Amino acid sequence: MLDLRLYMLQRITALIMAPLTLGHIAVMIYAVQGGLSAEEILGRTQGSVFWFSFYGSFVLAVATHAAIGLRVIAHEMIGLTGRALTGFTWGTGLLLLAMGTQALIAVTWPAGMT
Amino acid sequence: MEPVTSQESALDGQSGTLEVSVWRGTSQGGDYQRFEVPALENQTILDVVSWIQHYADATLTYRFACRVGMCGSCAMMVNGQPRWTCRTHVKKVLKAGKVQIGPLRNLPVIKDLVADMDPFFDKWVTAGGAHAPSATRDDPIPPVDPQDAIRVEASAGIECINCSICYAACDTVAGNPDYLGPAALQRAWTLLNDAKHDAPHQILDAVSGVGGCHNCHSMGSCTVFCPNDLDPMSAIAGLKRETAKSFFRRRK
Repeated sequence: MLDLRLYMLQRITALIMAPLTLGHIAVMIYAVQGGLSAEEILGRTQGSVFWFSFYGSFVLAVATHAAIGLRVIAHEMIGLTGRALTGFTWGTGLLLLAMGTQALIAVTWPAGMT
Repeated sequence: MEPVTSQESALDGQSGTLEVSVWRGTSQGGDYQRFEVPALENQTILDVVSWIQHYADATLTYRFACRVGMCGSCAMMVNGQPRWTCRTHVKKVLKAGKVQIGPLRNLPVIKDLVADMDPFFDKWVTAGGAHAPSATRDDPIPPVDPQDAIRVEASAGIECINCSICYAACDTVAGNPDYLGPAALQRAWTLLNDAKHDAPHQILDAVSGVGGCHNCHSMGSCTVFCPNDLDPMSAIAGLKRETAKSFFRRRK
C-alpha cells in the first residue's frame, strides 16, 4: 500500500525529523543543566520565529511520517483498503497535526496572544 | 559422543516409521491427514509424499518434475516452513519422528499439496519481468563483460528457479496480497541491470505502484529461505535506490 510517492514522503520526513530530534534532546539537556524553570524556557521560546519554525517543521514531519507508517500497519494487520484506508491515513495525519499545532502554539506563540 | 536426536531414534530400526501429516483439501477447506510412512536412512520429503501416493492413498495430489532441484515445482510447506522437497532430507526436518507437509503459503490451493501458481507468475509480468530486446537478430551481438559491476548485479539473480519459496516465506505478501513479492522484484532488478534489456524505465514504473518494491519491510525471509542462496532482499533494496534516484531525476 505504499507507492513511490508515499515512500519518498516518509523517507524525506524521516530525514527532517532526525536532526530536529537530536536538536530537541540537546537543548533539553542543556536547559536542565543550567537549571532553567518552565517560565524561563517559555520566555525564550514564546514569540521566537526560530523555535516556531523548528517545532513547526517537526510537527508537520511527524504528522506526515506517522500517518504513512500507520497506514501500512492498518492495511497489513487490519486489512483496511480503499476509501477506509485513505480516510484512516488523512484522519491520523490531521489528528497528529492538530495535537502538534496545539503544543506548538502553547510553546512558541507570543505570550498574551494565546 | 553426540546425544541421540529424535530423528536418529526414529530411523534406527526400532520405531521404523515416520508420522506424517499431509494437508488434504483446497483453499475452501480441508484438514491434515495422518499417514505412517516407513523410515529409511536416505529419504527426502518428496520421497515421503511419493510413498504415500504410491502405497497409501493414490488420490493424493502433489507436483514435481525433475527431483534434482532444477525445476522449482515441488516446493511445499514442511513443518510450517517453505522448502524444496526434493532436496530436503527427512532427517533435517523431522521433529520427534513427526513431520507436517502442506501446500505453499500465500497462494490459493488447487488440491492437497498443489498450490495455484498463477498469482505468482502474473506478478512477474506485472513487475516488468518480460524481456524487451534492445537489438534485432540482424544486429551484431554486443559483448557482455561478466566482470562488469552492473552485470554482476544482474547475474546474482539469474539462477532463480521460480519455486515460489521466497513468495511463501514473505510476511509482507501475507499481509498485503497486492505486493509483487521477492521473486518478481528480483527478476525486475535482474532485467534492470541487463544491458540487453531495452525498457528500464518501464521496470522502474512497474515496481513503483501500490504493490511495488516500496512495500518491502526488509525482513529478509526471502533471502533466508531461498534454496539457491539468492538474495532477493538486496535486489529489492537496489530497486528502492534506483526508483528513489529516478524520483528526483524526473522532477528536474
